[in-house]
Amino acid sequence: MTQQIHTLDARGLNCPLPILRTKKAIANLSSGDVLEVTATDPGSVKDLDSFCSQTGHQMLSSDATDDGGFVFRIQKA
Amino acid sequence: MSSHASRMVERPDDLDAWFDRKFEQKMAEREAAHVPSMTIIATKGTMDMAYPPFILASTAAALGWDVSLFFTFYGLNLLKRDLDLKVTPLGNPAMPMKMPQGPAWLQGKELSVPTSVMSLMPGFQNMATNMMLKTIDKKGVARIDELRSLCIEAEVKLVACQMTVDLFDYRKDEFIPEIEEWVGAASFLPRAQTADVNLFI
Repeated sequence: MTQQIHTLDARGLNCPLPILRTKKAIANLSSGDVLEVTATDPGSVKDLDSFCSQTGHQMLSSDATDDGGFVFRIQKA
Repeated sequence: MSSHASRMVERPDDLDAWFDRKFEQKMAEREAAHVPSMTIIATKGTMDMAYPPFILASTAAALGWDVSLFFTFYGLNLLKRDLDLKVTPLGNPAMPMKMPQGPAWLQGKELSVPTSVMSLMPGFQNMATNMMLKTIDKKGVARIDELRSLCIEAEVKLVACQMTVDLFDYRKDEFIPEIEEWVGAASFLPRAQTADVNLFI
Protein backbone atom coordinates (compact mmCIF):
# COMPACT_ATOMS: atom_id res chain seq x y z
CA MET A 1 0.00 0.00 0.00
CA THR A 2 1.46 3.36 -0.96
CA GLN A 3 1.21 6.14 1.55
CA GLN A 4 -0.45 9.23 0.16
CA ILE A 5 0.39 12.75 1.32
CA HIS A 6 -2.56 15.15 1.33
CA THR A 7 -2.54 18.82 2.17
CA LEU A 8 -4.95 21.13 3.94
CA ASP A 9 -4.61 24.89 4.03
CA ALA A 10 -6.16 26.17 7.26
CA ARG A 11 -4.26 29.47 7.26
CA GLY A 12 -6.22 32.51 8.33
CA LEU A 13 -8.80 30.36 10.11
CA ASN A 14 -9.44 30.57 13.82
CA CYS A 15 -10.69 28.18 16.52
CA PRO A 16 -12.38 25.75 16.00
CA LEU A 17 -12.18 25.80 12.19
CA PRO A 18 -8.68 24.29 11.80
CA ILE A 19 -9.83 21.27 13.84
CA LEU A 20 -13.13 20.92 11.98
CA ARG A 21 -11.44 21.16 8.56
CA THR A 22 -8.80 18.64 9.65
CA LYS A 23 -11.43 16.21 10.83
CA LYS A 24 -13.29 16.56 7.54
CA ALA A 25 -10.15 16.18 5.42
CA ILE A 26 -8.90 13.15 7.34
CA ALA A 27 -12.24 11.38 6.97
CA ASN A 28 -11.62 11.06 3.22
CA LEU A 29 -8.16 9.50 3.58
CA SER A 30 -7.15 5.88 3.86
CA SER A 31 -5.54 4.49 6.99
CA GLY A 32 -1.81 5.29 6.99
CA ASP A 33 -2.17 8.33 4.73
CA VAL A 34 -0.64 11.57 5.92
CA LEU A 35 -2.38 14.92 6.07
CA GLU A 36 -0.17 17.99 6.03
CA VAL A 37 -2.01 20.90 7.63
CA THR A 38 -0.79 24.47 7.42
CA ALA A 39 -2.29 26.93 9.91
CA THR A 40 -1.75 30.36 11.44
CA ASP A 41 -3.87 29.97 14.59
CA PRO A 42 -1.42 29.58 17.54
CA GLY A 43 -4.14 27.68 19.43
CA SER A 44 -4.08 24.96 16.78
CA VAL A 45 -0.73 23.66 18.12
CA LYS A 46 -2.25 22.30 21.32
CA ASP A 47 -5.70 21.73 19.85
CA LEU A 48 -4.45 19.48 17.04
CA ASP A 49 -2.37 17.51 19.58
CA SER A 50 -5.51 17.02 21.63
CA PHE A 51 -7.49 16.12 18.49
CA CYS A 52 -4.93 13.41 17.70
CA SER A 53 -4.88 11.92 21.20
CA GLN A 54 -8.68 11.83 21.28
CA THR A 55 -9.19 10.37 17.82
CA GLY A 56 -6.18 8.03 17.71
CA HIS A 57 -4.52 9.64 14.69
CA GLN A 58 -0.79 10.17 15.01
CA MET A 59 0.92 13.55 15.04
CA LEU A 60 4.11 12.84 13.13
CA SER A 61 5.47 16.36 13.38
CA SER A 62 4.38 19.79 14.52
CA ASP A 63 6.58 22.72 13.51
CA ALA A 64 6.57 26.48 13.41
CA THR A 65 7.35 27.95 9.98
CA ASP A 66 9.52 30.96 9.21
CA ASP A 67 6.53 33.08 8.28
CA GLY A 68 4.95 32.74 11.73
CA GLY A 69 2.65 29.86 10.81
CA PHE A 70 2.57 26.19 11.66
CA VAL A 71 2.77 22.94 9.76
CA PHE A 72 1.47 19.66 11.11
CA ARG A 73 1.84 16.17 9.68
CA ILE A 74 -0.89 13.83 10.86
CA GLN A 75 -1.11 10.16 9.99
CA LYS A 76 -4.54 8.65 9.81
CA ALA A 77 -5.11 5.76 12.20
CA MET B 1 -0.71 -29.08 58.65
CA SER B 2 1.68 -26.23 58.01
CA SER B 3 1.64 -26.73 54.20
CA HIS B 4 -2.13 -26.87 54.23
CA ALA B 5 -2.28 -23.64 56.22
CA SER B 6 0.06 -21.86 53.82
CA ARG B 7 -2.10 -22.92 50.82
CA MET B 8 -5.10 -21.47 52.57
CA VAL B 9 -3.26 -18.21 52.99
CA GLU B 10 -1.92 -18.20 49.42
CA ARG B 11 -5.15 -18.83 47.62
CA PRO B 12 -6.91 -15.60 48.43
CA ASP B 13 -3.75 -13.75 47.39
CA ASP B 14 -3.80 -15.47 43.99
CA LEU B 15 -7.45 -14.74 43.65
CA ASP B 16 -6.90 -11.09 44.50
CA ALA B 17 -4.08 -10.81 41.99
CA TRP B 18 -6.16 -12.55 39.32
CA PHE B 19 -9.12 -10.33 40.02
CA ASP B 20 -6.98 -7.17 39.94
CA ARG B 21 -5.53 -8.16 36.57
CA LYS B 22 -8.93 -9.06 35.17
CA PHE B 23 -10.50 -5.90 36.55
CA GLU B 24 -7.80 -3.67 35.02
CA GLN B 25 -8.25 -5.43 31.70
CA LYS B 26 -12.04 -5.13 31.73
CA MET B 27 -11.90 -1.48 32.75
CA ALA B 28 -9.42 -0.73 29.94
CA GLU B 29 -11.70 -2.48 27.43
CA ARG B 30 -14.64 -0.53 28.73
CA GLU B 31 -12.78 2.75 28.53
CA ALA B 32 -11.62 2.04 24.98
CA ALA B 33 -15.17 1.27 23.88
CA HIS B 34 -16.67 4.31 25.62
CA VAL B 35 -17.87 7.09 23.35
CA PRO B 36 -17.67 10.36 25.30
CA SER B 37 -20.88 12.35 25.34
CA MET B 38 -21.87 15.93 26.11
CA THR B 39 -25.11 17.76 26.62
CA ILE B 40 -25.36 21.54 26.52
CA ILE B 41 -28.27 23.75 27.48
CA ALA B 42 -28.20 26.93 25.38
CA THR B 43 -30.33 29.66 26.92
CA LYS B 44 -29.07 32.82 25.25
CA GLY B 45 -29.98 34.19 21.84
CA THR B 46 -27.36 36.84 21.20
CA MET B 47 -24.50 36.53 18.75
CA ASP B 48 -21.78 36.49 21.41
CA MET B 49 -23.54 33.85 23.47
CA ALA B 50 -24.19 31.72 20.38
CA TYR B 51 -20.49 30.98 20.04
CA PRO B 52 -19.79 28.80 23.10
CA PRO B 53 -22.46 26.15 22.43
CA PHE B 54 -21.80 25.87 18.69
CA ILE B 55 -17.99 25.92 19.04
CA LEU B 56 -17.97 23.30 21.78
CA ALA B 57 -20.56 21.12 20.05
CA SER B 58 -18.85 21.15 16.65
CA THR B 59 -15.42 20.53 18.19
CA ALA B 60 -16.66 17.71 20.41
CA ALA B 61 -18.29 16.11 17.38
CA ALA B 62 -14.96 16.39 15.54
CA LEU B 63 -13.33 14.53 18.44
CA GLY B 64 -15.87 11.75 17.96
CA TRP B 65 -18.13 12.64 20.88
CA ASP B 66 -21.86 12.19 20.94
CA VAL B 67 -23.34 15.66 21.43
CA SER B 68 -26.83 16.96 22.19
CA LEU B 69 -27.66 20.66 22.24
CA PHE B 70 -30.81 21.57 24.12
CA PHE B 71 -32.19 25.02 23.24
CA THR B 72 -34.49 26.80 25.64
CA PHE B 73 -35.83 30.31 26.16
CA TYR B 74 -33.82 32.84 24.12
CA GLY B 75 -31.52 30.05 23.01
CA LEU B 76 -34.27 28.99 20.62
CA ASN B 77 -33.37 32.08 18.60
CA LEU B 78 -30.25 30.18 17.49
CA LEU B 79 -32.40 27.65 15.64
CA LYS B 80 -34.34 30.14 13.51
CA ARG B 81 -34.22 29.65 9.75
CA ASP B 82 -33.28 33.31 9.35
CA LEU B 83 -30.46 33.84 11.79
CA ASP B 84 -30.47 37.52 12.65
CA LEU B 85 -28.38 37.54 15.81
CA LYS B 86 -27.45 40.79 17.48
CA VAL B 87 -24.87 41.72 20.03
CA THR B 88 -25.21 44.66 22.37
CA PRO B 89 -22.84 46.45 24.73
CA LEU B 90 -25.81 47.26 26.97
CA GLY B 91 -25.41 45.39 30.25
CA ASN B 92 -22.17 44.02 28.85
CA PRO B 93 -19.51 46.49 30.01
CA ALA B 94 -16.64 44.10 29.28
CA MET B 95 -17.42 44.10 25.54
CA PRO B 96 -14.55 45.78 23.70
CA MET B 97 -15.73 48.59 21.47
CA LYS B 98 -12.99 48.88 18.89
CA MET B 99 -13.35 50.01 15.31
CA PRO B 100 -12.51 47.09 13.00
CA GLN B 101 -11.88 49.47 10.08
CA GLY B 102 -11.38 53.13 9.24
CA PRO B 103 -8.29 55.30 9.54
CA ALA B 104 -5.28 53.75 11.27
CA TRP B 105 -5.43 56.11 14.24
CA LEU B 106 -8.96 54.97 15.02
CA GLN B 107 -8.58 51.23 14.40
CA GLY B 108 -8.20 49.10 17.47
CA LYS B 109 -8.78 52.09 19.73
CA GLU B 110 -11.23 51.58 22.53
CA LEU B 111 -14.14 54.05 22.34
CA SER B 112 -14.07 55.83 25.68
CA VAL B 113 -17.82 56.31 26.05
CA PRO B 114 -19.55 54.14 28.67
CA THR B 115 -21.50 51.38 26.94
CA SER B 116 -24.63 52.38 28.88
CA VAL B 117 -24.47 55.82 27.24
CA MET B 118 -23.66 54.41 23.78
CA SER B 119 -26.65 52.14 23.99
CA LEU B 120 -29.02 55.10 24.22
CA MET B 121 -28.19 56.06 20.63
CA PRO B 122 -30.81 54.78 18.17
CA GLY B 123 -29.37 52.13 15.87
CA PHE B 124 -26.46 51.51 18.18
CA GLN B 125 -27.16 47.81 18.53
CA ASN B 126 -27.06 47.34 14.75
CA MET B 127 -23.84 49.28 14.54
CA ALA B 128 -22.25 47.20 17.31
CA THR B 129 -23.43 44.03 15.56
CA ASN B 130 -21.92 45.14 12.26
CA MET B 131 -18.65 46.03 13.95
CA MET B 132 -18.58 42.60 15.56
CA LEU B 133 -19.30 40.83 12.25
CA LYS B 134 -16.51 42.74 10.52
CA THR B 135 -14.08 41.84 13.30
CA ILE B 136 -15.15 38.20 13.16
CA ASP B 137 -14.57 38.04 9.40
CA LYS B 138 -11.26 39.85 9.66
CA LYS B 139 -9.94 37.45 12.30
CA GLY B 140 -10.97 34.28 10.45
CA VAL B 141 -13.53 33.32 13.10
CA ALA B 142 -16.49 31.38 11.71
CA ARG B 143 -19.90 33.01 11.54
CA ILE B 144 -22.65 31.38 13.57
CA ASP B 145 -24.57 30.06 10.55
CA GLU B 146 -21.39 28.29 9.41
CA LEU B 147 -20.78 26.73 12.85
CA ARG B 148 -24.42 25.67 13.02
CA SER B 149 -24.16 23.98 9.60
CA LEU B 150 -20.98 22.23 10.72
CA CYS B 151 -22.80 20.96 13.81
CA ILE B 152 -25.64 19.62 11.68
CA GLU B 153 -23.19 18.00 9.28
CA ALA B 154 -21.38 16.37 12.24
CA GLU B 155 -24.70 14.97 13.50
CA VAL B 156 -24.90 17.03 16.65
CA LYS B 157 -28.42 16.46 17.95
CA LEU B 158 -30.41 19.69 18.07
CA VAL B 159 -33.21 19.50 20.60
CA ALA B 160 -35.70 22.31 21.15
CA CYS B 161 -37.77 23.18 24.19
CA GLN B 162 -41.48 22.76 23.48
CA MET B 163 -42.54 25.05 26.32
CA THR B 164 -40.61 28.00 24.88
CA VAL B 165 -42.44 27.73 21.56
CA ASP B 166 -45.78 27.88 23.37
CA LEU B 167 -44.61 30.63 25.69
CA PHE B 168 -43.42 33.00 22.97
CA ASP B 169 -46.03 31.99 20.39
CA TYR B 170 -43.41 30.85 17.93
CA ARG B 171 -44.38 28.82 14.88
CA LYS B 172 -42.42 25.65 14.25
CA ASP B 173 -41.93 26.58 10.59
CA GLU B 174 -39.79 29.53 11.74
CA PHE B 175 -37.14 27.00 12.73
CA ILE B 176 -34.70 24.86 10.78
CA PRO B 177 -35.98 21.38 9.89
CA GLU B 178 -32.88 19.69 11.33
CA ILE B 179 -34.27 19.96 14.86
CA GLU B 180 -34.38 16.36 16.03
CA GLU B 181 -37.20 16.73 18.52
CA TRP B 182 -39.30 19.12 20.56
CA VAL B 183 -39.24 18.03 24.15
CA GLY B 184 -39.41 19.07 27.78
CA ALA B 185 -37.17 18.80 30.82
CA ALA B 186 -38.08 15.17 31.48
CA SER B 187 -36.69 14.15 28.10
CA PHE B 188 -33.50 16.13 28.50
CA LEU B 189 -32.56 14.94 31.98
CA PRO B 190 -32.09 11.22 31.25
CA ARG B 191 -29.75 12.16 28.41
CA ALA B 192 -27.83 14.53 30.70
CA GLN B 193 -27.68 11.85 33.38
CA THR B 194 -25.49 9.57 31.31
CA ALA B 195 -23.42 12.29 29.62
CA ASP B 196 -19.80 12.83 30.60
CA VAL B 197 -20.02 16.60 30.23
CA ASN B 198 -23.01 18.82 30.97
CA LEU B 199 -22.91 22.54 30.33
CA PHE B 200 -25.37 25.32 30.92
CA ILE B 201 -24.75 28.34 28.72
